[in-house]
Amino acid sequence: MGFLEELKALLPGRVLTGEAELAPYESDALTAYRKRPLAVALPERKEEVLGAVRLCHQYGVPFVARGSGTSLSGGSLPVEGGVVIALNRMNRILRLDPKARIAVVEPGVVNLKVSQEAAPFGLYYAPDPSSQPISTLGGNVAFNSGGAHCLKYGMTANHVLGLEVVTPTGEVVRLGGESLEGVGPDLHGFFVGTEGLLGVAVEITLRLLPKPEAYHTVLAAYPSLEAAGEAVSRVIRAGLLPGAMEIMDRLSIEAAEKAVRAGYPPVEGLLIVELEGPKEEVAEEALVLEGVLRESGALELRVARDEAERQAIWKGRKAAFSAVGRLSPDYLVQDGVVPRSRLGEALREIQRLSREYGLRVANVFHAGDGNLHPLVLYDGKKPGELERAEALAGEILRLCVRLGGSLTGEHGIGVEKKGYMPEMFAPEDLLAMEEVKRALDSQGLANRGKVLPEVVRAGA
Amino acid sequence: MPALRPESPEEVQEAVRAYPRLRARGGGTKPALSTPREGEALLDLSRLRGLLAYEPEEFVFTAFAGTPVAEVEEALRAHGQYLPFHPPLAGKGATLGGTVAAGLSGPLRHRFGGLRDFLLGVRFVDGEGRMVRGGGKVVKNAAGFPFHRLMVGSLGAFGVMVELSFKVFPRPRTTRTLRVRRENLEEALADLERLRLLPLDLLALDLVPPATLELRLGGFERSVEARLKRLQDLLGEGEVLAEDGAHWEGVRDLGFLEASPIWVKVPAKPHLIPRLEALPLGPRRYLDGGEVLYAGATEEGLKALKEAGLPHLVLRGAETPLFPEPQGAFFAGVKKALDPKGRFPLG
Ligand SMILES: Cc1cc2nc3c(=O)[nH]c(=O)nc-3n(C[C@@H](O)[C@H](O)C(O)COP(=O)(O)OP(=O)(O)OC[C@H]3O[C@@H](n4cnc5c(N)ncnc54)[C@H](O)[C@@H]3O)c2cc1C
Ligand SMILES: Cc1cc2nc3c(=O)[nH]c(=O)nc-3n(C[C@H](O)[C@H](O)[C@H](O)COP(=O)(O)OP(=O)(O)OC[C@H]3O[C@@H](n4cnc5c(N)ncnc54)[C@H](O)[C@@H]3O)c2cc1C
Repeated sequence: MGFLEELKALLPGRVLTGEAELAPYESDALTAYRKRPLAVALPERKEEVLGAVRLCHQYGVPFVARGSGTSLSGGSLPVEGGVVIALNRMNRILRLDPKARIAVVEPGVVNLKVSQEAAPFGLYYAPDPSSQPISTLGGNVAFNSGGAHCLKYGMTANHVLGLEVVTPTGEVVRLGGESLEGVGPDLHGFFVGTEGLLGVAVEITLRLLPKPEAYHTVLAAYPSLEAAGEAVSRVIRAGLLPGAMEIMDRLSIEAAEKAVRAGYPPVEGLLIVELEGPKEEVAEEALVLEGVLRESGALELRVARDEAERQAIWKGRKAAFSAVGRLSPDYLVQDGVVPRSRLGEALREIQRLSREYGLRVANVFHAGDGNLHPLVLYDGKKPGELERAEALAGEILRLCVRLGGSLTGEHGIGVEKKGYMPEMFAPEDLLAMEEVKRALDSQGLANRGKVLPEVVRAGA
Repeated sequence: MPALRPESPEEVQEAVRAYPRLRARGGGTKPALSTPREGEALLDLSRLRGLLAYEPEEFVFTAFAGTPVAEVEEALRAHGQYLPFHPPLAGKGATLGGTVAAGLSGPLRHRFGGLRDFLLGVRFVDGEGRMVRGGGKVVKNAAGFPFHRLMVGSLGAFGVMVELSFKVFPRPRTTRTLRVRRENLEEALADLERLRLLPLDLLALDLVPPATLELRLGGFERSVEARLKRLQDLLGEGEVLAEDGAHWEGVRDLGFLEASPIWVKVPAKPHLIPRLEALPLGPRRYLDGGEVLYAGATEEGLKALKEAGLPHLVLRGAETPLFPEPQGAFFAGVKKALDPKGRFPLG
């Protein structure tokens, strides 16, 4: 038997090879990149993942794990001639233990489902990427996904307590455990964010938190983006630690209005600040926040009086990406990070670049942690426009690194940004990553062609 | 074997290249971890110290690994900020590097998380003498392999840390501590489990065996008073420590272990506590709602922990600090990549 026959024997009726069947797996949410895999495997249990990875190892076939394919950086782009291991069918919550405040899940479980299942116990899973109704925990783990609450609560890595991983050579390892504290190297923490290069997560132990008792959500409108950015600095200087601080610019406000009628005022910069915690503490913080925002030059302040009004404020923000999609046939999203105090400078420079390249850029971002989300709008049918959009996006990335930030706050490097890795990391840093990869995956089968730029190997 | 006292990252690199086996020491507060073994050169990092960058508005600082925690905390305090994971043994000279390598967090970890939740970036010298950077200096970052997280609890297995970046938060303006005593462990545990599920935003929630709970609140004066009242409605009057700062400093310096020959950290969970309480352990305290135990012990206690198969880390008083030693293909691969010649501890 050859590789495909063995794979089919392992997963009867669950190996896709037909052209039409493969089409949906050819790309992820970064649609500018497409590759046709040899086959798509649909395991339903972790033993089957193990079996599939072992076969790949034995035959030297590259593989890419896939959740819901919402990666914005080409992370789940297939490798030509390789296998996609699609994990959506492994979507069971294996254990939800409120006393231990943990959930043990399969990798194909959708992020939002965990919070839904935990809600009756007054608990929730904190990381909330905007894609949370579709993206999977396996994908979240691979990318160390974030969301709107990272300044206060951290990213996926901070909420993963343990992992069961199938290594690229087909061994099963358990990393971490169930406690918030461990002893010995934090190997599970290290695995999170390695973008599937070091193995496939087949079981994930998550920490759950008590749901905040009270929220206080404010929408503030500003005559300029910079004024909105300055307001964020004032909030921080006042010693407050909001759960979320989000900014949208005019273009994304307009888009959100068209898409979901969030009722946002048509201004240059909109700031959403959300406080959360015990009701007495939130009440005190709200007083301070009101004073700060009053002095920040806001044109209008809106405070959500109940949960419905709070949801209305968030609705436009949560829908912003897909809404901007309506303004333009295609767009690229970047998610570089800058130190918070450099936000104003970064935004001015992005506006300048937008004019220079003749492409519109919409800005929606996590202001509390300096995580930009410039959406570069382009039309892929116009010759040269994609290339121009990519060049503009690249300039934005360099800008972030130059200002002391990062290439990515949460969307990962994938294929899209690997060429920029040398801008942020020295050759020795990249070599160390390469060595770790080589030690765990000497054939380079797991997610080949992602994260690590080819130049390292050439230079090594 | 000589004691090496590098004063710059380059001198650390030279030292690593020059000696086949090394052990780093920060402040030496965890002698079980930092005392050189036969054939190991001691790399004393106490001269590689100082704050390199601190911008209060960014909630981030970067410092040399040999910097004493206490020195950093003083700088933070001047700007109304703190290290929310509350590194233990700060008052005894613990350094940032030693804290990360040992992987230790103190009682205030309950509110916002532990060391692993606040470490943002590292520069370290690997076993080939290369300077490697992982993570970054901003509060959010997902680029590249996160070597900084690998350092947490590593006992220096993958390299010598020279520079570390951390996230910090605003300090609570006011604090109060409520201490309540229960009849027995069972009752105390029942309350502990109940409290863990409530959105109280406690700074600390400790169980002191056999049956005492300590809860610390922080925030605005008026809010703290009101929340204290709510806690008392829930748990009874108890005893209120108004000037509670010194008390918690004592706890995080592990003062309650002073008289014990062996100090041990044991990851826990509330459901494990009855089992742990049946073991012959000395003075002890469960931090963070029962998620971790710091205990004093004798050889007998250590043996009991091993026999029960409970993972633990000895901070002072034992030859082999870590149980179990890291195993498995994943650890072995990472170790081989970063320390192929086996210069550093473990593996
Ligand atoms: C006279 C005297 C009396 C003392 N009395 C006490 C006492 O009563 N109580 C007490 O608690 N302490 C006492 N000490 C010890 C103490 O004060 C220390 O100096 C010290 O605490 C700090 O240790 P550390 O946290 O930096 O970690 P260390 O104990 O130095 O190191 C912990 C672990 O981290 C590793 N490590 C450290 N730095 C790095 C790095 N940069 N990179 C990689 N790995 C690293 C080490 O190899 C080790 O595995 C005493 C010391 C003296 C000299
Ligand atoms: C509209 C929209 C909004 C978004 N908003 C956010 C946001 O707010 N914050 C944010 O962080 N991201 C956001 N994203 C990006 C994306 O949703 C996340 O990166 C998400 O974690 C991907 O999950 P997925 O299940 O779709 O994974 P996929 O796209 O299928 O895979 C992502 C990567 O993970 C790997 N992988 C998948 N499963 C496993 C596994 N079990 N083990 C090992 N590796 C695995 C894949 O190989 C790939 O490299 C958004 C995307 C969209 C389309």
